[in-house]
Amino acid sequence: MLEILQYEFMINAITAGILASIACGIIGVYVVVKRIALISGGIAHASFGGIGISYFLGINPIMGVLPFSLLSALTIGTFSKRTDVAEDTIIGILWSMGMAIGIIFIGLTPGYAPDLMTYLFGNILTVPQSDITMMLALDAIIILVVYVLYKEFMALCYDEDFSTVAGIPVEKLYLLLLCLIALTVVVMIRVVGLILVIALLTIPAALSREFTDDMRKMMFLSIFFGTAFTIIGLMLSYYFDIASGATIILVMSSFYLLHIIIKKWRTISEKPFDI
Amino acid sequence: MGKVIDVKDVWLRYKDLTVLEGVNLSIEEGDFLGIIGPNGGGKSTLLKVILGLIKPQRGTVEVLGTTPEKARHLIGYVPQYNPSNLDFPINVREVVLMGRMGKKGLFRKYTEEDHAATEKALETVEMLEYSDRQIGELSGGQRQRVFIARALVSEPKVLILDEPVTGIDTMMQMEFYELLKKLRSRVTIVMVSHDISAVSVLVDKIACLNGKLHYHGSKELIPEDVEQTYGCPVELIAHGVPHRVLHKH
Repeated sequence: MLEILQYEFMINAITAGILASIACGIIGVYVVVKRIALISGGIAHASFGGIGISYFLGINPIMGVLPFSLLSALTIGTFSKRTDVAEDTIIGILWSMGMAIGIIFIGLTPGYAPDLMTYLFGNILTVPQSDITMMLALDAIIILVVYVLYKEFMALCYDEDFSTVAGIPVEKLYLLLLCLIALTVVVMIRVVGLILVIALLTIPAALSREFTDDMRKMMFLSIFFGTAFTIIGLMLSYYFDIASGATIILVMSSFYLLHIIIKKWRTISEKPFDI
Repeated sequence: MGKVIDVKDVWLRYKDLTVLEGVNLSIEEGDFLGIIGPNGGGKSTLLKVILGLIKPQRGTVEVLGTTPEKARHLIGYVPQYNPSNLDFPINVREVVLMGRMGKKGLFRKYTEEDHAATEKALETVEMLEYSDRQIGELSGGQRQRVFIARALVSEPKVLILDEPVTGIDTMMQMEFYELLKKLRSRVTIVMVSHDISAVSVLVDKIACLNGKLHYHGSKELIPEDVEQTYGCPVELIAHGVPHRVLHKH
């Protein structure tokens, strides 16, 4: 089992898995408690526009996706706060708009688009060293911002009206939080791909909520769950030679569903006075 | 006594609906004002205008002689009951600490002083022993006490409560009103409610709001005002009076 660790690509893959789990362990907690999974899905899918533009310009798609995902986060956030259009409508529009931009630019790029599937569905086994460095930097930014603004983010997620009255710049912080989600999306593209990002953002955090009422502990626990699931998925995909991103997601979602079923079954069987 | 809140000729429209029609309201220091009115009558909206969360299209609002935004750190706000985030991973202490944020500014960690103020506020509402409980594990009445503590912890000059007893059983409502009686000597209180009978026992000034505001700076409820507010004659039951007067319906 341990002999696979002698391959450099495997070390890179595990490192990428851990880095992605740190980002989505922390930010995923906010996504789950503030119930903004749909917005996060919108930001992730809209980022495909950045991939398309990068292909067209001939730059590293991860570099191109960063400004694009930040832009879509700010657009979705601003539209949902400043206009009276329903939030899910705005999300739906930008979600498909970003993807449409991506498709058009890929179409405009001469020749064939290599590795396109990698960005859509992830391929943790091909993460280059340069992307690892960038993931490390993005993780550092996420940790730093959450560390200094922990109480503000918590208040914002719990009660926006009260936070405004308490004097917190709620709208700015909300946009910042969406930007952190955008950074997390970029960190995760290599691991699970744009399409599957939403699972890694929600499942470890939702599972950790089952075990603790403390937000800080939730973050640590969901980093742990994310890392464990990613490594299990990675091993399975290596031994069975199946798609890594999809395997990781299947491992996570199976664990989560199993947990819910067992919990339900326990509460039913534990009812002492049920006649 | 100075004016705590001064609302002058405030108009507010949402699309085709006029929610506030030329509302004038002045609240003095030490007042305990109840605002009653039917659902959709603009009660919560008026509070949000006073808090500066909504900008009126016309009219001015002054809180403690300045704009609502600048006076926010002197306002304790207890928002309407929101059942959607009961599951939130936050405990009682963390909820109350939130009230200290306005004093801190961004990026600062909570200090000993903040924790001491939090304990004191929890003691005032008799919830100190529940400090470590997750907020969803409390009963409705207990939770509302915690929200009062959160509003008090910043040592506000005015306390604004939006339908504070919604979803709370009658026994707990009584205890909650006892707490408000205790607080009224410390702070000016504005409370919105649709529970006319409870409000009329508790407060010393009443305003009726249904788009237009009827207020005479006193507790007297003039039947015509109440009728105009609710759109039909309302059964007024006087407490502490040996008989009740029913208007023709």
